[in-house]
Amino acid sequence: MRDSIISIQDVSFNYEHKNVLDHVNFEIPYGSFMGLIGPNGGGKTTLIKLLLGELKPVTGTIKLFNTPITQFKDWNKIGFVSQKSNSFNKDFPATVFEVVSMGLTSKVGYFKFFNQKHKAKIRQAIDLVGMREYTYENIGNLSGGQQQRVFIARSLVSDPTLLILDEPTVGVDSENVQRFYELLHNLNKEQGITLLLVTHDTGTMTEYATDIACLNKTLHFHGKPGEYENLSDREISEVYGHPVSLITHDHN
Amino acid sequence: MLADLFEFDFLRNTFLTGILIGVIAPLLGTFIVVRRLSLIADALSHVTLAGIAFGLFLEKKFAFTLLPPLYSGMAFSVLGSIFIEKLRGVYKSYQEIAIPIILSGGVGLSVIFIALADGFNTELMNYLFGSVSAVSQGDFISILCISIVVVLIIMLFYKELFTLSFDEEHARVSGIHAKPIHLLFIVLTALVIAASIRIVGVLLVSALMTLPVAASMRIAKGFKQMMFLSIAFGEIAVMIGLISGYYLNIPPGGTIVVVSIIILLISISIKRIRFGKKVRVSS
Repeated sequence: MRDSIISIQDVSFNYEHKNVLDHVNFEIPYGSFMGLIGPNGGGKTTLIKLLLGELKPVTGTIKLFNTPITQFKDWNKIGFVSQKSNSFNKDFPATVFEVVSMGLTSKVGYFKFFNQKHKAKIRQAIDLVGMREYTYENIGNLSGGQQQRVFIARSLVSDPTLLILDEPTVGVDSENVQRFYELLHNLNKEQGITLLLVTHDTGTMTEYATDIACLNKTLHFHGKPGEYENLSDREISEVYGHPVSLITHDHN
Repeated sequence: MLADLFEFDFLRNTFLTGILIGVIAPLLGTFIVVRRLSLIADALSHVTLAGIAFGLFLEKKFAFTLLPPLYSGMAFSVLGSIFIEKLRGVYKSYQEIAIPIILSGGVGLSVIFIALADGFNTELMNYLFGSVSAVSQGDFISILCISIVVVLIIMLFYKELFTLSFDEEHARVSGIHAKPIHLLFIVLTALVIAASIRIVGVLLVSALMTLPVAASMRIAKGFKQMMFLSIAFGEIAVMIGLISGYYLNIPPGGTIVVVSIIILLISISIKRIRFGKKVRVSS
């Protein structure tokens, strides 16, 4: 049994009177690449917000790094790439270097300036996502896939142990989705970063993830990609509430 | 003007104050523009007018001179800025609603104080459109102090302000204290507006905060470059505006804004020429 980096026990959440999450139990082991899938409105984004402490569960407990979330302070250990990352104002004049530097802002702390070590760290993160040649390019001039890489670099620069990505491939063309998953795969295998990826893109994701969870109000499936692919269409349709195709899944 | 500079103290005060506000107004303006708060500067300047009218009213009716209009303007502006932050918290999804509330409130109060003081006088005109002769030694020293404080605070909180301006949600999640920093920033804005009003005037102060930024945004690479370019543009506008205003006997607010607009037009056309045929960088 691997240790859990995230442990969700019996968590429920309601918006007004609408029950979004119903007694969810969920563990994410250290070092895994967890793909979290499920239909729209199935509670994926709500779960992420609970994990980031933006929402509080109605019942149940969440532990991050074995610490109850209410006492958790080490937010620098968690990197987050939001669905909305690439909905930023495209005319905002910030270079790739400047955008990535934002990932260090709170780690460096108030009343302190970036020193050479921090700057080297920023360059390293940019290298890691393969964006070196664009270091001084304005972020608005890059393609959607490149921008998403920059936002990953922004999350990586503070050396997170856990990286949470919410629909990061939205707006990335299919050719680059593959490259994107290879990047995540490397981060997981070579840098040892635990990944939690929320996505619609079940097709490509199953090739790279080590674990898959399927959420629609409750957790319907939690296991290895191989097992997930062996689920019958009928079982998957039950989760999604309508027929879905696993293999030919194309959002673009 | 350059020769007169050494002869007349008031001109020297105006000129030195111009140099200062040419730095601090676009400096704060950079953050104001990218946070889409351009109109807030306008709202605050009208609140400052209410404060100034209040000061003039006290002076005229009660011969109360302990609170010069510059300071009563500042006090109103700072209070107004705190109120704006509160309103933006109340109307979370309609944050711009704070602007008409504060703006009309400012104008309303101004009219009341002006009426109570028995109407307009030339001094009020100076506050509306700026003046080349209105800056006293005392004003200059207060504005110098404000400028030093503003530059120091912006340097200290640069990375937090920048991070918050780009992506507030991400900044909050990463543990930056958005609320107190926003409050600090808007109070600084209020002070800078009050400081700038002597030269550019109530009606045009927001132009000095936003036009140089709008011009540099078109051509700058990165945020820091935009900031320094904005200051350079602001400085050029203030200098040319003050000198031409002095010789043409026009309130400098008008000339400063016109120069700013010319700079803006030039920067737009430079961008067209330089990048007209360039396609977006793609992977």
